[in-house]
Amino acid sequence: MPPFFRHVFAILWKDLKTEARTKERLSAMCFFAFLVLLIFNFAFRPGSTVMQSAAPGIFWISVTFAGLFGLTRSFALERQNDCLMGLLLTPADRGAIYLGKTLANLLTMIFMETLLLPLLAVFLNIALWAHLFRLLLPLFLGTLGFAAVGTLFAAMSMNTRLQEALLPMLTLPVLVPALLAGVESFQAILSGAPFSEVVPWIKLAGAFAVLFVTACLLLFDYVVEE
Amino acid sequence: MGEDTSAIVLRGVAKRFGHLTALQGIDLDVPVGVTLALFGPNGAGKTTLLRLISTLGKPTSGRMAILGTDTLNAPEQVRSQIGLISHQTLLYEDLTARENLVFYGRMYGLKDTADCARAALDAVGLLDRQHDRVRTFSRGMKQRLTIARATLHRPSILLLDEPFTGLDASARTLLSRMLEGLRQQGRTIVLVTHDLQQGLALSDRFAILNRGRIVAQRTSADVTFSDLETLYETAIQKGR
Repeated sequence: MPPFFRHVFAILWKDLKTEARTKERLSAMCFFAFLVLLIFNFAFRPGSTVMQSAAPGIFWISVTFAGLFGLTRSFALERQNDCLMGLLLTPADRGAIYLGKTLANLLTMIFMETLLLPLLAVFLNIALWAHLFRLLLPLFLGTLGFAAVGTLFAAMSMNTRLQEALLPMLTLPVLVPALLAGVESFQAILSGAPFSEVVPWIKLAGAFAVLFVTACLLLFDYVVEE
Repeated sequence: MGEDTSAIVLRGVAKRFGHLTALQGIDLDVPVGVTLALFGPNGAGKTTLLRLISTLGKPTSGRMAILGTDTLNAPEQVRSQIGLISHQTLLYEDLTARENLVFYGRMYGLKDTADCARAALDAVGLLDRQHDRVRTFSRGMKQRLTIARATLHRPSILLLDEPFTGLDASARTLLSRMLEGLRQQGRTIVLVTHDLQQGLALSDRFAILNRGRIVAQRTSADVTFSDLETLYETAIQKGR
């Protein structure tokens, strides 16, 4: 295996191992997302048609805020004992460090979404299962774009005093195209629209993910440099 | 640039952060196998100098070579030759001692990470605690594991940034003994410390840094501790 990917997988292994052991991030993210769903469940009348149209927005609100919380914590791991310096001292390419952290964040978010979707179907009483297969690709691309941008900004803001406030302020404006594509494709799929109506949103989510993964790979070196 | 016998060569190195000049006009040669102690008051630029040597920062001007390799041209190659021990452990608290070393072994591209980790743990006397999380270790044990982490990839150059900070007497003795062992193995060591007596005892040469400049350099065997104290005071006074 080329050294670049060996380093990516080493970082991924380390982050997932730590998370599996502590469950700090995942439990907080899932609880937060669950809380958002619960609040929206109280806000709408059960069985109301509004629920169907609001479901994609509610889902992405839960994912966005729980995801931002998780991203803030993702670099807390590296801040403790100055571990980021330990990573930067290794001969690993900075891009490999970024990609490893992004993949770890992506998998954590996908795990949270896997728990969130059934709850969304139950709380908002929507027929999600019939559309699940078609939802997977736009959901994955939207989450990948989110993790790509969020990981870079989390690294950028990790040593600032207002990280919790700064991260959403930096990330959310950039994420607008990915969130828009995520919500619109979800909406189109739930309403049973033909796939041709979903494709433009999938293309937008895909382009966003490819663009930002590439750009962030190149920019990470400057972000972690003193 | 390249003096063949030099592990570290710095020529006219300067580092500025905005308007603040952290280092200026640094010329330094550290031959292979030599231990250099760096003394200086807080804010003198000692840690900044170590960060530049370890390629964690780039000089604003000047040139640097580590074992003949320019730090700006091939930083990855330079980093594989360097180990750093600071008062921060650079260890993951929720991984075990073994997992930490296996992870760093993979990052340094070692072939048999499990065996390397085992040997390193054995060398610092932590083999029986290899499956315990670092979180459960005492400060002294963490520092021993830090030494194992920093020397895992058998670096030719070791940078030590105040490694004795926060250690109790027995841990300090142990660390001194381990450093002596590393010196005898022929490693080039740069030791940053505020402890003049310990620094003098552990080094072949020393340099005094003040306000971002090297104000004195001597061979350690040529001076007594009281000479060093006088020299240090004079050098610092001059810089004021």
